[in-house]
Amino acid sequence: MTQTEAPTVDNGVNIEALRGARQALTDAPEAAQFQWRARCEWVNGTHSRSTITDFSGLGDQHSHRKAYTIEADHPEVFASEDNGVTPPEIVLGALASCLTAGVATVATNRGIQLRSVTANVQGEMDLQGILGIDADVRNGFDRIDVQFDIDADASPADIEAIVAQSQKRSAVFDIVTNPTTVQVTVA
Amino acid sequence: MHTSVVIVGAGPGGLAMSHHLTGAGVDHVVLERGEVAHSWRTERWDSLRLLTPNWMTALPGARYEGDDPDGYMTARETVKALEAYRFSFDPPLYTGIEVEAACRTSDGFEVRTTGETWHCDAVVAATGGSSEPRVPAFASGLPQAVQQLISLSYRRPAQIDDRGRVLVVGASASGVQIADELQRAGRDVTIAVGEHIRLPRSYRGCDIYRWLDRIGQLEERWNDVEDLQRARRHASVQVVGSDDGREVDLPSLQALGVQLVGRLMALSGTTALCSGGLGSLVANADLKEFRLLHRIDEWVDDHDMAALVGPAVKPDPTFLTQVPTELDLARFGTVIWATGFRPTYDWLDPRALDRRGRVDHDGGVATMQGLYVLGLPFLRRRRSNLLAGLGLDASELGQHLVEYLGAVGRVCTSTPG
Repeated sequence: MTQTEAPTVDNGVNIEALRGARQALTDAPEAAQFQWRARCEWVNGTHSRSTITDFSGLGDQHSHRKAYTIEADHPEVFASEDNGVTPPEIVLGALASCLTAGVATVATNRGIQLRSVTANVQGEMDLQGILGIDADVRNGFDRIDVQFDIDADASPADIEAIVAQSQKRSAVFDIVTNPTTVQVTVA
Repeated sequence: MHTSVVIVGAGPGGLAMSHHLTGAGVDHVVLERGEVAHSWRTERWDSLRLLTPNWMTALPGARYEGDDPDGYMTARETVKALEAYRFSFDPPLYTGIEVEAACRTSDGFEVRTTGETWHCDAVVAATGGSSEPRVPAFASGLPQAVQQLISLSYRRPAQIDDRGRVLVVGASASGVQIADELQRAGRDVTIAVGEHIRLPRSYRGCDIYRWLDRIGQLEERWNDVEDLQRARRHASVQVVGSDDGREVDLPSLQALGVQLVGRLMALSGTTALCSGGLGSLVANADLKEFRLLHRIDEWVDDHDMAALVGPAVKPDPTFLTQVPTELDLARFGTVIWATGFRPTYDWLDPRALDRRGRVDHDGGVATMQGLYVLGLPFLRRRRSNLLAGLGLDASELGQHLVEYLGAVGRVCTSTPG
């Protein structure tokens, strides 16, 4: 059977490098141990600024191309100043970003050209939790819904499959849906 | 004592290999810790039947010849069939013998047992893939009052304490079958669902395994599959062998009143924490089922068989209503772990194993010369863990083994049987 040249797909993902990395890390699992970091400074009131500069992995320390900052605050309806997004909103953005990056990667791996990808995310939260009004209400989200709108050279079934695979291999999907050990200490 | 080949385990794999070697005139012994088909006698629940219809049950030199080819064999019938198989060629069998260590030496293997020590040229590890249950470490943190058992210790509903709910952990074939049986027997069942494979019992009028056989899926080879590690970890299909052809997928369990929760992740005091990602896994399983059924439809069209089979009616997708992410274990009297198994090779030369304790092999031929392994999922073909596939694997590996013995200059000492 002759091989036909698959149309070149360009979603901006360096799929060859990712496949190579996966192979290399299979043989060197120690190199796969990463640590992500953020440093947060209180500004005023509920306003804080997180700065992200470096991380470790592949047996070495690395720096981002520049220091990135995230401003966080509470909105005016919370009697605050709205100098930035709320931390739960950052989590929703993180989830959407992680899944979207996954969609791009999986699509490229499967030879599918994307034209546009939009994820709309909503997180339901009962404030009686964080306000300590009702002990039966959790602090976090009661549920999160994500809707993907994808325009691509693929059947609806193939697009659904890409979105399913993205969830399967998403860091933030796992972080949000499964328990994670968090240890908080004071210097 | 000396022989050419030591086969460890007298289940269907070990017997099939012995059958092949007997036919090839190769001197060998089969060492079995219990009786023939030990785990089939001692580690199956009363109502258990094979997932596959009887016409698929075949071992080298023996096919199913009963009067119920579309039925599903019980555990007891499977034991009888394996006994009959054993007596059909009278293998050189030593029962009640446990292998303590099998080590590579300069000219073969030394196999120390609770009986004799054997020196041989080749070893076949036919102990299967289910020697050790995979139970999460946090199981020891469950409240003392909760009765815990693994799926292989389950026998019948009457065995399960009447107080409180039952939590079945795991939704592969064992988990859904046990949940189905217990809920029908009047217990209140919750099932914790991780990754699973959903397929209908029958489609377009034929058993699903007949389709899988026809479209060639069961014969897919280990060296042709894209992600072999993932394929080898696949859960068993959510079907049951029964007279009523019923489904035991998640929608069917929901219809019976079984509560679905996500994968059991951790304990926090007396609260069980379950994944909030069940929707994702359910969508994935439904998608994969749809894709496979579509593949069957394409086969039907390619072979012009549409008029001969039933209409292409797809199962309904799985709908989840409020799925809690926490369970109050004070409400539960029993937890049944249906979380899968792994093989153990603590008796095998550690140089034969990889860093995770698995035999380093290619399609059952170990990297360690003269060592073979049988009975693992997708060992050589997708149906490797089904009885019929075991037999095919044993024949192919048996051939390889005989050639190996010839190549290392070992002469066959017994006449062909």
